[in-house]
Amino acid sequence: MAEISVKEKMAIERTKMPEQDALERSRNFKEVNLGLPLEWAVREAQRCLACKKRPCVDGCPVNVHIPEFLAKLADGDVAGAAQILRVDNALPATTGRVCPQEYQCEGQCLRGKKGQSVAIGWLERFVADWAAQNLAPDKAPAAQTGFRVAVIGSGPGGLTAAGELARAGHKVRVFEALHDTGGVLRYGIPEFRLPKRIVDQEVQNLRELGVEIETDVIVGRTLTLSEIREEYDAVFVANGAGLPMFLHVPGENLKGVYSANEYLTRANLMGAWMDDPCGTPIARGKRVVVFGGGNVAMDSVRTAKRLGADAAIIAYRRGKDEMPARKEEVKHAEEEGIEFHLLVAPLEILGDEKGWVRAVKLQKMELGEPDASGRRRPVAVEGSEFELACDVAVVALGTTANPLLTAAEPDLKLDKWGNILADENQSTSIPGVFAGGDIVRGGATVILAMGDGKCAAQSISEFLKGKTPKAPEKAA
Amino acid sequence: MFKVISNEEIAPQLHRMVIEAPRIAKARKPGQFAIVRLKPGAERIPLTIADDDPEAGTITLIIQAVGYSTKEIVATQPGEFIQNIAGPLGKPTDIEVWGKVVCVGGGAGTAVLFPLAKGLAQAGNELTTIIGGRSEKYVILFDELSAFSKQTIATTEDGSLGEKGFVTGPLKRLLDDPATKPDAVYAVGPVPMMRAVSDMTRPYGVKTIVSLNPIMIDGTGMCGGCRVTVGGKVQFACVDGPEFDGHDVDYAELAARQNAYQELDEHGCRLDAALA
Ligand SMILES: Cc1cc2nc3c(=O)[nH]c(=O)nc-3n(C[C@H](O)[C@H](O)[C@H](O)COP(=O)(O)OP(=O)(O)OC[C@H]3O[C@@H](n4cnc5c(N)ncnc54)[C@H](O)[C@@H]3O)c2cc1C
Ligand SMILES: Cc1cc2nc3c(=O)[nH]c(=O)nc-3n(C[C@H](O)[C@H](O)[C@H](O)COP(=O)(O)OP(=O)(O)OC[C@H]3O[C@@H](n4cnc5c(N)ncnc54)[C@H](O)[C@@H]3O)c2cc1C
Ligand code: FES
Repeated sequence: MAEISVKEKMAIERTKMPEQDALERSRNFKEVNLGLPLEWAVREAQRCLACKKRPCVDGCPVNVHIPEFLAKLADGDVAGAAQILRVDNALPATTGRVCPQEYQCEGQCLRGKKGQSVAIGWLERFVADWAAQNLAPDKAPAAQTGFRVAVIGSGPGGLTAAGELARAGHKVRVFEALHDTGGVLRYGIPEFRLPKRIVDQEVQNLRELGVEIETDVIVGRTLTLSEIREEYDAVFVANGAGLPMFLHVPGENLKGVYSANEYLTRANLMGAWMDDPCGTPIARGKRVVVFGGGNVAMDSVRTAKRLGADAAIIAYRRGKDEMPARKEEVKHAEEEGIEFHLLVAPLEILGDEKGWVRAVKLQKMELGEPDASGRRRPVAVEGSEFELACDVAVVALGTTANPLLTAAEPDLKLDKWGNILADENQSTSIPGVFAGGDIVRGGATVILAMGDGKCAAQSISEFLKGKTPKAPEKAA
Repeated sequence: MFKVISNEEIAPQLHRMVIEAPRIAKARKPGQFAIVRLKPGAERIPLTIADDDPEAGTITLIIQAVGYSTKEIVATQPGEFIQNIAGPLGKPTDIEVWGKVVCVGGGAGTAVLFPLAKGLAQAGNELTTIIGGRSEKYVILFDELSAFSKQTIATTEDGSLGEKGFVTGPLKRLLDDPATKPDAVYAVGPVPMMRAVSDMTRPYGVKTIVSLNPIMIDGTGMCGGCRVTVGGKVQFACVDGPEFDGHDVDYAELAARQNAYQELDEHGCRLDAALA
């Protein structure tokens, strides 16, 4: 292909993402973004200036070789692009959809300094989706090491580690507490943002690699980590940060008040949105208020809208600029008619005589001095209380570590929040036990969990070098 | 997939099912439950593990068919499979040596009570067991509980078996007689029964432990749907319980939350009325 001059590159405008019409999509659960056509993707990749400093790579938590994969794509070599992407990122179809690119790769992109950054996330998604359609998944390597490795949790951390370990020739078994795989990718992030066929395909690819997956095993209850350690040569713990936080205001136990975890689990994992008569019910509110400003809050409020709410409302303590959600989600939410009550804090949840939520009592806030996180601290405005009517309220404040697994393992060192302490190789205080993802970082991101899983897999192979496998046929 | 080994109807709409679940059979302790999901698309519902046989790799569930999911589960025949069973969940019963213990079971709660009672008896407690039911047919596990209870009393609302009336009748007599006054009471059954028992024992200062049955999903502390208020504090019944001090439980809240989805079925649109 002919070289494109910098001037020509600069003249190309950032591509648009084809998406479902806002009104239509606010009533269905189909994916919002429809994906780029090949020509658009190639053209967008040609916007990359291949600058020397490669700030996008520094901006990526796992340092994906972005300019290299963009260069292949700019040449129309999608398979070549996919191969490069695959080396650094085990779940590109997922991260291309859910990474906060505007704070990471795209946030650093040189082109973004003057105009608009290269749409790295959309291109990652394009290449990954193309590869899923057109390239055969990896098969298990012929040479097996004879080592057995257990992976606890099937979220992005666990899935990535399982894949890498299987490619290294180890026999891998994943233990998952729920009845289905994927962790937050399955029960938390809704279909309209991350179609479950993508998670299904990742899991199918693992099975092709020889990975065994056993659901309904709650480590700490069904099996303990110690029991697993007796049978397996190494363990990777990636059980996430699954414990929901509540507001601790009066009225929080009224009917119609949910944690985001419960609300999204009912909708996604249990399929309450599918109207199955034997399935799990969910309160489909007409007016739904969601507390929070992160991705979890956006997912909840947009789910409420799709479940038929006339008014789906975000109530957030700070301003729009301080919202930690991905910018694209906030934009999509606005287009879908989500209402935003900013700079308000909940004081109380009010109920009717039957014990159902009927309103939330809010207080207005104003932004004061910056706090430790650098964000301006919200300060209550005296006498500004008001009521907002609703019939469902969702608390989306975040999650913390679930002690079910760790409580049974006194030797496993934790930090003061109950997260597992792990070093830069993901090793924990117990030799042969590695940990990563949200259980180490607290609520973090998919890409970081993925990166931890990859790093842990390498550390495990390193750890096993020179050891002899425990009796493989005895393994549970 | 978990294979059903046997399934017998031990009282109207009450089934005892033995199911292959080797990992759970091995790990399970009295007082713990499992989350059962019959098939893809079905609900996850909590059921107490009534008994286990680690050697055979089986667990026993005693299930009252009260609604959609339980009816479907009890219709599963031997040789057929249940898609998902996860457990054991919840804190095991703190089996203490109290001395004299009264165990009170009502309806299907008697099935939940059974493993606790057995554990308490094995630990050397002297048990008096009171089982209540609407009529004779609904009094379950009488012989099984008698096997390790010093005395077993049945009460029925229509007087068709044992004493006519509620479980609180004989309980009051036991509390009033210094020779039989218990050191602890365990009560499992419908919320109004547990509340009545707790209200009755409170003035006597007798420690009362109840096993709560809120609606659950995951059973692992992940959703908070099972939250109950105990002693003014919010607790997750699936991980902090299901057993709690009966004198501290907010029963009104528990009863209200249990009915949430029935009320939704009945009046799909509450807010329309509220806003009108
Ligand atoms: C609603 C929502 C939206 C989000 N949106 C984004 C986003 O847009 N972008 C982004 O980057 N991040 C997002 N996140 C955060 C991201 O999903 C997490 O950081 C990521 O999933 C962490 O991966 P993990 O593998 O560590 O854990 P998880 O995904 O939490 O998976 C842990 C798995 O372990 C299982 N498990 C737990 N305990 C046990 C046990 N004792 N035994 C066996 N298995 C166990 C769980 O059931 C689960 O399947 C979002 C989170 C939520 C909740
Ligand atoms: C820790 C725990 C242990 C339990 N152990 C047993 C057991 O060993 N055997 C047994 O038969 N049942 C047990 N239950 C109750 C059982 O889970 C419910 O009966 C079941 O979920 C009802 O589902 P359904 O679809 O059949 O009924 P639904 O159609 O959902 O409801 C039918 C009726 O059951 C009531 N109900 C719904 N959910 C519950 C609930 N969680 N608890 C009590 N009543 C409810 C409803 O108010 C309604 O009256 C236990 C519950 C908990 C929380
Ligand atoms: S059932 Fe979900 S937290 Fe208890």
